[in-house]
Amino acid sequence: MANRRLAPASEQPAAFAFSSENADWAKGQIEKYPEGRQASAVIPLLWKAQEQNGGWLPQKAIEAVADELGMPHIRVLEVATFYTMFALEPVGKFWIQLCGTVPCDSCGARGLKDYLHHRLGAPGHVSADGNFSWLEVECLGACCNAPMAQINQDYYEDLTPDLLGKLMDDLAAGRPVKIGSQVGRTSSEPLGGADTLTDATLFDGSRVGAWRKRFEQKDEENEAGKAEAASSEQRAASDPKPARPDAGRAVGTSATDAPAQRAAAGETPVKAGDKVDAADRTESTAQPNKSAPAAPETIAKAEAAGAEAGTQSALPRNEPPPQPVNSGASADAPAPASAPHPSDPKKGN
Amino acid sequence: MTKIVVDGTEVDVPAEYTLLQACEAAGAEIPRFCFHERLSIAGNCRMCLVELKGAPKPVASCAYAVKDCRPGPNGEPPEVLTRSGQTKKAREGVMEFLLINHPLDCPICDQGGHCDLQDQAMAYGVDSTRYGENKRAVEEKYIGPLVRTAMNRCIHCTRCVRFLAEVAGVPDLGAIGRGEDMEITSYLESAMGSELQGNVADLCPVGALVHKPQSYEVRPWELSKTESVDVMDAVGCAIRVDARGREVMQIEPRVHEGINEEWISDKTRHAVDGLRTQRLDRPYLRENGRLRPASWGEAFAAIAAKVKGTDPKRIGAVVGDLAGVEEIYALKALMTSLGVTNLDCRQAGEAIDPAWGRAAYTLGTSIDGIEEADAILLVGTNPRLEASLLNVRIRKRWRMGPLAVGLIGEAVDLTYPHTYLGAGPETLADLASGQHSFGEALKAANRPLIIVGTGALARPDGAAILAAASKLAKDIGAVMPEWSGFGVLQTAAARVGALDLGFVPAEGGLDFAGMTQAGALDVVFSLGADEVEIGPGAFVVYQGTHGDRGATRADVVLPGAAYTEKSATYVNLEGRVQTTNRAGFPPGDAREDWAILRALSDVLGKRLPFDSLSALRRALYAEHPHFAALDAIAPSDAVTTLETLSGLGGEPTRTGFVAAVPDFYLSNAIARASRVLAECSSLARVRGLEAAE
Repeated sequence: MANRRLAPASEQPAAFAFSSENADWAKGQIEKYPEGRQASAVIPLLWKAQEQNGGWLPQKAIEAVADELGMPHIRVLEVATFYTMFALEPVGKFWIQLCGTVPCDSCGARGLKDYLHHRLGAPGHVSADGNFSWLEVECLGACCNAPMAQINQDYYEDLTPDLLGKLMDDLAAGRPVKIGSQVGRTSSEPLGGADTLTDATLFDGSRVGAWRKRFEQKDEENEAGKAEAASSEQRAASDPKPARPDAGRAVGTSATDAPAQRAAAGETPVKAGDKVDAADRTESTAQPNKSAPAAPETIAKAEAAGAEAGTQSALPRNEPPPQPVNSGASADAPAPASAPHPSDPKKGN
Repeated sequence: MTKIVVDGTEVDVPAEYTLLQACEAAGAEIPRFCFHERLSIAGNCRMCLVELKGAPKPVASCAYAVKDCRPGPNGEPPEVLTRSGQTKKAREGVMEFLLINHPLDCPICDQGGHCDLQDQAMAYGVDSTRYGENKRAVEEKYIGPLVRTAMNRCIHCTRCVRFLAEVAGVPDLGAIGRGEDMEITSYLESAMGSELQGNVADLCPVGALVHKPQSYEVRPWELSKTESVDVMDAVGCAIRVDARGREVMQIEPRVHEGINEEWISDKTRHAVDGLRTQRLDRPYLRENGRLRPASWGEAFAAIAAKVKGTDPKRIGAVVGDLAGVEEIYALKALMTSLGVTNLDCRQAGEAIDPAWGRAAYTLGTSIDGIEEADAILLVGTNPRLEASLLNVRIRKRWRMGPLAVGLIGEAVDLTYPHTYLGAGPETLADLASGQHSFGEALKAANRPLIIVGTGALARPDGAAILAAASKLAKDIGAVMPEWSGFGVLQTAAARVGALDLGFVPAEGGLDFAGMTQAGALDVVFSLGADEVEIGPGAFVVYQGTHGDRGATRADVVLPGAAYTEKSATYVNLEGRVQTTNRAGFPPGDAREDWAILRALSDVLGKRLPFDSLSALRRALYAEHPHFAALDAIAPSDAVTTLETLSGLGGEPTRTGFVAAVPDFYLSNAIARASRVLAECSSLARVRGLEAAE
């Protein structure tokens, strides 16, 4: 982002006034806010002024909005220079705001940027035919379909340089274009269609409504336990609890009981009982991971090679991270070939 | 009151205190850039981070209230650590970020030596940077003739923006852009339109905004600092006069909660260069129509020769706007011994008689008392220009809660909303007769305040207007034993002191206008009266500091000392007695004014009975004991004064009130000699013309 300044005086229109239709609309916006808070309408009014002025905000429009809202001119200028959605210099017929923030960047926004540089030149300039100008902006909030760009009022997602080029050609030629994803994705679903929440029972009330039944059962139990509750109230009165409950932690254990700590203590990182609890053997909709887990030797080799090459492990990202070789976690894997680390206090566990 | 533990010390503070205030109450020092006691809290510099027990990360102590802290697990008071490792590390991190883009130009930066960033970097900075990229470069901005910008140095604390919007009431500055590209600027780089703009450079914690007139001129460690009092208007702001050798280099504000808090107006600050130019540094005598340099002996001899042959009835003495109490006392003593009755200090021609009571020429309430008022009526005054810091106080009061302000006189921008009632005395009459709705607001108020300006009094029907205003004050019950809500806003520093001394025509004496008429007198002694032309015919002895209007008219010029060059007593518009201190010596042959009069009295054969300033003050205090009580306001005699005033009667005319200070920047001889203020004045004139379009 570069310093944002008003357009040079040569490009500024001599005057600005809302059209009667827009003035009515503006009045409606201002009326939304209580007396004394009219300044809250500054963004909608600037937005409308920009729309009326062919997509950019001239100095006179900023002053007109300020005067309308009773704000000092500098306060409105602050708002107009803060948001990139307000163009302070003339824009092309199609104003491309390319998102360059991290998710888009890691999904290939840099290619789009290079393409726009190549096709339109530096950002902020209107192309010779007057059709396009572009700007790299911060996150536009469509990271799920990255990389994306906003062209005038619409989002175009899942772009590649080729798709963007075609889109621009279509726009320039006046052909109809599809807004949203350019690769056939439905709104923000995963590519290739939804792959979660596909179980029909989720939507027929048989499962989602099941909690109701549980509460009804609980109510019955409560009725039965009322007498007991009365006695527990008496107990509480005679023996007040400390200011902060002990959160049900067992006395004598450390505050947290995380897998990493258990591993450090030489215990099984994930308790067998927890594993069983976590697995839902009856209702799972996830596809079982078909690929066999990498043998520890392979992992160790790959890591060593990666360390030598100064890169990260080349293991596929969708596999569970390798367990420490001496943790004894992989009950089904063969015993580690390498000797346990000598500094490990629990060696030979 | 809430208990909180700061570094192991338990303190009991009000619940609405911020952590920063609580830490200071416990004696812990918190570094800060954006936080300022008199401005709203921004919380954007993050330098004041402290560790709060139980909070997941350090908190910005300036923006975190004590009442928002959670107690410990067993109900212990919350605990703040200002010297812990985490606190130090957090602040070091903040400092490193601030220094990423801050240029390393301290050797050429005017802020060097009194720079918050420099000082705090000594405690929290590291000696090298981990930042490899180029530093941010920001264009310089023009924001007026008084403040120079070096925007590369800006750390975006927004103190300047908040000061102008909140205290000065002129939202001229703003922050455009965002993030790293944020820039402080005025709208399209126009000059700031505030008479208090110099304060933004004082507020700037770094060297981004510095005083333009003294750029590259001074270093703080080479200045001798003298605490003194300002005389540019009648507010009497507390100032510090910084001199190098015998030359005054700059004037900075000093904290005085009762008067100026910690702000001063641009006139107070930048009249400094007026103290160097146009100075009278030796006596002058008019010979053959031209002033020629003379010795003290020649000058005194010429005066003595003239006075000896003149009837005391044909001699007069006038006092200007900048004279101290001591020299007025000496002049009065000398004139009385000569038998002169034509004395006057009311240069603007105000209809004020000290015999009516002190409340007839002072503000009544104190300046900080304005914060208690709940309705204010301004009659014929524009406090923004006549007493800028008093206007700041009214604005502060308006920001504290609903305040009805009515204005009769010229329609001006007072920087706070007010009801414009009308232009002249007839509006005052309407108010009194209940024909104006604002009268109800005044009546309903518990502590109404009526301030009559010099603009309403310096006219032939001034006494009638004062009577009408005081009658209104009486009707609405503005003056009670515990609240005196009727006062006069003086515009000249010397006036209240001179009126306290009774420097007004004695029985049968001529007043100011009478004395300045052509041929009225044979000898006129003028103690720095520059605003009024003395008519032809009289032999004029001018004693003053600057070659201004008074000296041009004079036949003998006696060079005196300016307010930074003498220890003199001034009484401000509240009636508060204050003294200036000498920061340097008067130039050339110029002498302290009381000493000139003492020497002259010897030549005239009427030797004054004091040989030193302390002897003079002993005599002064014996005669007028209230001058001995420095920084105190004598108890108000408002109730009796109001009785006298409301009985004056008289019929006001229908002409509208005009401003007492037509040009804020050029209101006295020192200010008129200043090149900086001349530039401000011309800018203000252009602004006024643009506004009139």
